[in-house]
Amino acid sequence: MGKTLAEKVWDEHVVRSTPGEPDLLYIDLHLIHEVTSPQAFDGLRLAGRKVRRPDLTLATEDHNVPTLDWDKPIADPVSKTQVDTLRKNAEEFGVRLHPLGDVEQGIVHVVGPQLGLTQPGMTIVCGDSHTSTHGAFGAIAFGIGTSEVEHVLATQTLPQAKPKTMAVTVNGSLAEGVTAKDLILYLITQTGTGGGQGYIVEYRGEAIEALSMEGRMTVCNMSIEWGAKAGMIAPDETTFAYIEGKAEAPKGAEWDAAVAHWKTLVTDADATFDKEIVIDAADVTPFVTWGTNPGQGAPLGANVPSPEDFEDPSDRLAAEKALEYMGLEAGQPLRSVKVDTVFVGSCTNGRIEDLRLAADIIKGHKVAEGTRLLVVPGSVRVRNQAIEEGLDKVFIEAGAEWRGAGCSMCLGMNPDTLQPQERSASTSNRNFEGRQGKGGRTHLVSVPVAAATAVKGTLASPADLSAELV
Amino acid sequence: MEKFTSHTGTALPLRRSNVDTDQIIPAVYLKRVTRTGFEDGLFAAWRNDPEFVANKPEYQGVSILVAGPDFGTGSSREHAVWALMDYGFKVVLSSRFADIFRGNSGKAGLLSVPVEQDVIEQLWAAIEADPTTQITVDLESRTVTCGDLVAPFDIDDYTRYRLLNGLDDIGITLGNEADIAAYEGGRPSWKPVTQHA
Repeated sequence: MGKTLAEKVWDEHVVRSTPGEPDLLYIDLHLIHEVTSPQAFDGLRLAGRKVRRPDLTLATEDHNVPTLDWDKPIADPVSKTQVDTLRKNAEEFGVRLHPLGDVEQGIVHVVGPQLGLTQPGMTIVCGDSHTSTHGAFGAIAFGIGTSEVEHVLATQTLPQAKPKTMAVTVNGSLAEGVTAKDLILYLITQTGTGGGQGYIVEYRGEAIEALSMEGRMTVCNMSIEWGAKAGMIAPDETTFAYIEGKAEAPKGAEWDAAVAHWKTLVTDADATFDKEIVIDAADVTPFVTWGTNPGQGAPLGANVPSPEDFEDPSDRLAAEKALEYMGLEAGQPLRSVKVDTVFVGSCTNGRIEDLRLAADIIKGHKVAEGTRLLVVPGSVRVRNQAIEEGLDKVFIEAGAEWRGAGCSMCLGMNPDTLQPQERSASTSNRNFEGRQGKGGRTHLVSVPVAAATAVKGTLASPADLSAELV
Repeated sequence: MEKFTSHTGTALPLRRSNVDTDQIIPAVYLKRVTRTGFEDGLFAAWRNDPEFVANKPEYQGVSILVAGPDFGTGSSREHAVWALMDYGFKVVLSSRFADIFRGNSGKAGLLSVPVEQDVIEQLWAAIEADPTTQITVDLESRTVTCGDLVAPFDIDDYTRYRLLNGLDDIGITLGNEADIAAYEGGRPSWKPVTQHA
């Protein structure tokens, strides 16, 4: 019987397999950042261990760094200590680090792909749940905890029980103005936050194949929001074209050998999945969340649901609590929701294509009075590219704040946070209570919805802007 | 890691689903570089509310958390597990755990116990009726016991073995160093590296 893409990549990385034990999996790339690594390096020091493969390890500063004054010492002493700790550890253990101010600094999941380090058929881990992003290249990529970070540093392997496999097939094509973000938000409302639990998911079908690498990364990025172990997309010509010529991509004969292998990384026709979900792309419209988990979403054109709409008592209670926290009334049109802050950025939507799309919509408009728009590029390279294309001017002229690179308001660990009861429309990945700042209220949105919302001041799509011009 | 065989204690009924890791410990508490001292961050936002269940006098000194479904979703932060342990929890019961949280808890020595939602409901009712109710979670026999209620739970053999014996994963893996070296010898030359000789 044939194998799925996930099974092929998994099997290629099994160092040791013993009945009754998890497989010991080799890790091709270990990405590191300042927040989940200090205790792991401490563990190595205590045990007198080294980093086994510094040449398969890359560190960057992203979660806890400011997006203003990044050329000055970090003002918050606790944050400064954490960043300094990463720098000391990288130096001591011989790990390549891209610190603040470096041209390759940025969100770890933006940096890996743009350097060409993320390639098909790899195993990639990082102490960050959005590591699933790299699955867009046909890699098995997943987030790990700090104990596992230490394990990978010491051994370049991880004991892992083999997950089940699931196919999500998206037939047809997404309508104009509907993005990969809308697709994944729509999917999560169908499955709930636990629907993917225990599975490596392969996204496939016409609508997935039509996505750019950026769009594919957005879809795979949010796999974790419906509980999946990882999300993957089979590599194809779009993938190869994205990687070719990148700094760490194979060159010459090595490139040919790599591509020849990558072309074998598809699910065999006679392979079977443990579970399959089929979606019609035509059912997907601009989608936003109204609640406090990514599964609590609805089409932008809909009204805020009522707790009574939910049959399951636990879902009903969750909806009640969410509406109270979010300060929303059941039945209120989502388009009537006034937004204080729009955040464009994160590992979900902080790549160059996202900034181009946002600028394209905002061009010629002003950010609504009483609303602020924060544009945070995913990496310094993305930022520089945007400047080269003049996108920074579009944002600044519209009245937006144009910031330095990092995770920023996605998780509110640096100074970019919401105030209590402040409401955001955010292109990031989590609308959990307090995620973007204590008491902050988050609506997850696509880039076009974020841009249009910044101009309108209420949740909106670009179509709402052109309607006004007529 | 400390050995875990069996634990008996009083419990906190947390009637919430989707308790994500940002609720367990907000990001602002993750700036520390130590492995302990995270108890003040546990459920930080909720604990500001005097009515929050963990603030009630009858639930002080609890060591077992009984939570709604989809516990530990979201971020990979192991700090969530450390915060629960630093607060005094030895065991978390839920009908469904997020994968990364459950993996992290197994590594750090917090026992995550999946039981059916109707067991959770019975436990909530028992604890709320009498907060001094004792619950026993036995890893040896893989059961949760509370009065007449005896509920079995699943845990993979390997994690159970490690917890029962308090074994360090890295030590076990390094015992297979020859396999790792052999695997490395066969990796294709076009695989990327972050440092060039």
